[in-house]
Amino acid sequence: MAGSGTAHLRPADQSLLRVENLVVEFPVGRSGLKVNAVTNVSIDVMEGETLGLVGESGCGKSTTGKAIMQLPRPNSGQVLFDGADMTKLGGEELRKTRTRMKMIFQDPISSLNPRRKVEDIIGEGLRIWGIGSDEEQERKIDEAMLAVGLDPGQQRGRRPYQFSGGQCQRISIARAVVTDPKLIICDEPVSALDVSVQAQILNLLEDMKKRYGLTLIFIAHDLAVVKNVSDRIVVMYLGKICEVGSPDALYKAPSHPYTAGLLAAIPVPDPNVKPEERPALAGEIPSPVAPPSGCRFRTRCPKAQDKCAAEEPQIREMAPGQFVACHFPLAPGETLATRNGQMPSTG
Amino acid sequence: MSPRRRRQIDDRFADAPLDGPLLDVNGVQTFFKTPRGLVRAVDGVSLTLERGKTIGIVGESGSGKSVLSRSIMGLLPNNVVRHGSIKFEGREIGDADTETMRGYWGTQMSMVFQDPMTSLNPVMRVGNQITESLRYHLDVTKDYANETALALLQSVGIPEAERRMREYPHQLSGGMRQRVMIAIALACGPRLLFADEPTTALDVTVQAQILDLLQAQQRERFMAMVLVTHDLGVVAGRADNTGVMYAGQIVEYASTRTLFSETRHPYTEALLKSIPKLSQPSHTRLDAISGRPPDLVSPPVGCKFAARCGFAQPKCIAEEPALSDETTPGHAFRCFYPVGTPAGTDALERNLAAGVTATGLTVTRVGDALATGVDAVIA
Repeated sequence: MAGSGTAHLRPADQSLLRVENLVVEFPVGRSGLKVNAVTNVSIDVMEGETLGLVGESGCGKSTTGKAIMQLPRPNSGQVLFDGADMTKLGGEELRKTRTRMKMIFQDPISSLNPRRKVEDIIGEGLRIWGIGSDEEQERKIDEAMLAVGLDPGQQRGRRPYQFSGGQCQRISIARAVVTDPKLIICDEPVSALDVSVQAQILNLLEDMKKRYGLTLIFIAHDLAVVKNVSDRIVVMYLGKICEVGSPDALYKAPSHPYTAGLLAAIPVPDPNVKPEERPALAGEIPSPVAPPSGCRFRTRCPKAQDKCAAEEPQIREMAPGQFVACHFPLAPGETLATRNGQMPSTG
Repeated sequence: MSPRRRRQIDDRFADAPLDGPLLDVNGVQTFFKTPRGLVRAVDGVSLTLERGKTIGIVGESGSGKSVLSRSIMGLLPNNVVRHGSIKFEGREIGDADTETMRGYWGTQMSMVFQDPMTSLNPVMRVGNQITESLRYHLDVTKDYANETALALLQSVGIPEAERRMREYPHQLSGGMRQRVMIAIALACGPRLLFADEPTTALDVTVQAQILDLLQAQQRERFMAMVLVTHDLGVVAGRADNTGVMYAGQIVEYASTRTLFSETRHPYTEALLKSIPKLSQPSHTRLDAISGRPPDLVSPPVGCKFAARCGFAQPKCIAEEPALSDETTPGHAFRCFYPVGTPAGTDALERNLAAGVTATGLTVTRVGDALATGVDAVIA
C-alpha cells in the first residue's frame, strides 16, 4: 500500500490546512537506523470539514497529527495553515498560530494537570493571550463549560480527580474551544472511554463543531467511530496513505485491499454475521525501522505481485473523490478471500 | 510431580457426572472490603454453561464482568467476602481454598488475560512458560513436554515455533504474545477457558485473528468458553448465549441471537444504540447513555440502571426488578418496563411527553436518536 503522491489534494486556495510530503523519522538509539514513522504523507482539510485519519498502531496517524502542530517538527514537508507554512515559523509566530489550532488527547485524565482547578485549566489560554477583559474571560469560561455540559456554578473550582473520564474529556474539549480556534486535532479522543461515554463525546464533538464552526482532524483506530464523525477519511498503514475517500464510499466499495481487510476485521454487533465467513488479513504490521520495499502493505496483501515489491504505487483517482495507492485495487464488488479456517501466518 | 499425585488428580473426576452442565453458578456475590465499605462488585449472578458452549459476558468498566470470572476461577485477593454456589462438574468449588483450586487450574479451567504484555514472565523463555504447567500437572518427561509445547505453539499459529520457544516475551509482538498466552492456557487441555478481554489490547486485524484462533481451538477441543468483553460486536458472532452485566448484576441473559433481535432491557438497547455502526451513514447521531454507573458501595434500592434510563418510572426507584424469564422462557431480564413491550413503550412515551423521567433525567428525541441528561440539554 501505501504510496505517495498528491493526486488526492484539492486546490490549495480552498483548503484550511494543506500538508504536503510530510516526513517524520525518529533515530533508533545510536545505531544509525531510523523509525520511518511518517513517509511522504499529504493531506488537506477544507474549512468546516472533519477529516478522519484511521489505521492500526504504528501507521503514523498520531505522528502526523503531532507533526502538523510542529510537536516535534517534521523532518521535511510543508504544513500550510491559513496561508503560512508552519514548518518555517518559529518562536512567537508559531505560538500565535497554535491559538488557532488546538489538540485533544487520548487519555483525558493524564492530559489535565491534577493540581489545577477546572476554571484555570480552561481559562489558561485566554489569560496567556490576554483575550478580553477579566470579566469577559470569566464569561467565556462559563460559556465553554455550559457548552460541553459541565455546570460552571458547581464545578468551576473542582480539580480533575473529582471527575470521571468522560467529564475530563469534556474539560479538554472546553479548554480547546475557549480560545475560538479554527482547527482542532483530536488524537484518539474516545478510545480510553467506555462505549456509552464514547457516544456522549462523539455527539458533543458534532455539537461543538456546529456551534463554534470548527474544522476537525479526527484520529482514531476504530473505523466505525471515524466513519460516524468524518466527511472524508484517510486510511494509513505503516507511515503511508492507502486510500482517501468519503466515508460512505469507502465503506461501500473499498478499493485498497487493506481498507477492505480492516473493514472486515471489525466485529459487527449482529449475530447473523458469521465472523468465519468474512475475509481476514493474515500477519502483523512489519517494523517501521525496515519497512518493506515498494508497497508497504505487500507482505500482508492477498493480491500482492512482483510489481508491488519493485515499485511504490502512487495515489490515483479510482472513482470521483476516491483515491487509492495500489497497483491492483479491488474492483467494485470484488472481495478478499474469506478465512479458510487455517491459522494465519506471518510473512 | 510423582505418578501417584497425578493419579489423585485424575481420580478426582473419575466419578464426575457426564450429564448436567459443566459449570453451574448460583447467586454468586463477591464483595471487596475497602476503607469506604463493602464494594458489591458481583451481586447475585447465576448462570449455567454446557460442555463445549460459549457464554459471552458483556459490560462496561466496573460492571463486575472480570471479577465474576475471577470468582469462578478462585483468583481473588484476601480482602473479599464470597457467597453463593459455584459447581464445576457437579462439585462445589465456591468455597475451595487455593490448594484445592490448584488441581483445577490448567487442567480443568484456565484463563487468557487481557494484557499479553504484563501477563507473561519477562525473564523466562517462552518455551519454559508453556512446559512449566505441563510438567507440574501432568507426569511427563522434559522431552515430551518440549515436544508438546512446540506442537502447541504451531497450533496457535506461531511461525518458526522452534526458534520462538527459545525467545523471551519482549522479542514477540502483542499478537504473538497473546498466542503464547493461549498456548499456555490450552497446554493441559482444560474443559473451560476464560477469555477475559483477550483482544482489547490488540489492533483490530490482529483481534480478528486471535478470536478466530480461540474459536477454532475451542471447537477442536470441545472446550467450553466464557468470553468476557466490553464489545457487543465481539460476542455477536461467537457466543451461544450472552449475558449483559451492569453494576455487578446480569440485567439480561438470552441466546445471543435473541439478545440482539429481541432486546428487552433498556441498558442493552442503549449499549447497542450507542455503538457507531459501519452500516449507518456518517454523522448519524448516537444514543448516548448519560451519567455513570452507581457507586457499588451503596447501590440504589431499586433498579440499578434507573438513574440513567429513559424508561424509568416511580416503581423502578422503589423496587428492584428480579432477573426473570417468566414471559419469554430462555430470555431473562431485570426490568419492569421492557423495551418492545406495551408497558415499555408506554413508559417511554410518558417520559418523553413529560420531558423528564421518574428519576429526574431529562429525556428528549434528537432526530431518530434518544437523548438523555447532559446530551439532551446540549442538543
